[in-house]
Amino acid sequence: MRVARPRTISEALSALDDNPGSQLLAGGTDFCVEVNYGHRRPEGVVCLRRVAELRDFEVGEGKVRIGAGTTYTEMVKRLSGVLPALAAAARTVGSPQIRNAGTLGGNVATASPAGDTLPLLAALDAEVVLVSSKARRVVPLNELITGVKTTTIGPGEMVAEVVVPRISGPQHFLKVGTRNAMVISIASAAVVVDLQAQVVRCGLGSVGPVPIRASRAEEMISEAIDWDDLSAPRAALERFGDLAAEAARPITDHRSTADYRKRAVAVIAARAMRRSLTRVT
Amino acid sequence: MLREAVSSEAGAGAGAFEPVDPYSIILNGTERVVEGSWIGESLLYVLRERMGLPGSKNACEQGECGSCSVMLDGEVVCACCVLAVDAADSEVTTVEGLNASGLVDDIQSCFVEAGAVQCGFCTPGLVVAVHDLLGRRPDAGSLEVREALSGNLCRCTGYGRILEAVRLVQEKREDG
Repeated sequence: MRVARPRTISEALSALDDNPGSQLLAGGTDFCVEVNYGHRRPEGVVCLRRVAELRDFEVGEGKVRIGAGTTYTEMVKRLSGVLPALAAAARTVGSPQIRNAGTLGGNVATASPAGDTLPLLAALDAEVVLVSSKARRVVPLNELITGVKTTTIGPGEMVAEVVVPRISGPQHFLKVGTRNAMVISIASAAVVVDLQAQVVRCGLGSVGPVPIRASRAEEMISEAIDWDDLSAPRAALERFGDLAAEAARPITDHRSTADYRKRAVAVIAARAMRRSLTRVT
Repeated sequence: MLREAVSSEAGAGAGAFEPVDPYSIILNGTERVVEGSWIGESLLYVLRERMGLPGSKNACEQGECGSCSVMLDGEVVCACCVLAVDAADSEVTTVEGLNASGLVDDIQSCFVEAGAVQCGFCTPGLVVAVHDLLGRRPDAGSLEVREALSGNLCRCTGYGRILEAVRLVQEKREDG
């Protein structure tokens, strides 16, 4: 039972190499609960809270790089201009207490189907930078998350940053739960409008084992939009919701039924789309 | 920056594995040493069972109820979701330490005045959350107050008097 409290990424990685089975600890909002409930008994822990370089973020010309240690509170504060839907998603997570602790890297590495940043990251074709003491590799999110809470992150590796393209245009995130605050998503949707490429991207959460891209909905609405004034016919919006629901592969569990999730995701995907338009014709 | 970090030599030092304890926490302004602990102990457990500070309450143990809210390095968090060993050398302020003099502070007295306390179990967590909110946003409007307290569950009062207590604190602080 040993603990490491590194201050740099390289110190964290060498600690991981020293004790390969040890747990990486970021915000603790998932891991500590598992320990509290006796589901996990850590032998070694590498605490990442002190690694300042994991909190860096960089807004470049074409890309935004966000350090894995960026908390939800920081995402709300720092990214609302450049990635408004990520800031919005971060704002729906938990409570101030949870948003001060939980991190982007933790959300990605935990890979819960209900991870609130994941639909937007999926919509943006985010890339996840994994580092180990031997190598650095860049993995697309859809290859990183392979199932419910399972990823291709290898032993000795950690998430260092998430890289997304800078896209100019409206973007929205919506989720459904039993309350507005402090809720785990029953269904979630992110819509990103790329004005330059004239395409719409849509990611869905909590309606499948992994974040889902609503590709047919994206193609249909991208065709239907009048890009001169960013408007779309009402029927196309409804169809967008229906196609998003068709892409969803929800299950029935203690939080909701598969039927409700399908219906909910249709409604919020269409709503997020509508909010991204200037008008409906 | 990341490439450099990977290629640079990682030596022993701050990042190396150490035994779990002893470690210290700067608790309500005083350095306290934790000894004989288990690696999986939450900060909440250490506060209540090792440091003799039962103000932070233990209810859900999953970050849902806010009863264990404390300030960790100036930010409000749920002590149940902090691994105590990860709080080593950090500053932790519990409800007992909000007022340096040890007396009841204005938030606490406004809770009493407004009748915002019924069974009292959620009160310490709420007091810490209000302390955090008004420290950041002295003029927070009612929606902001509701959002800031959304992670603190009260099953008695229906929240009306709690919100009233926050308004009272704001009024009194404004009057100086």
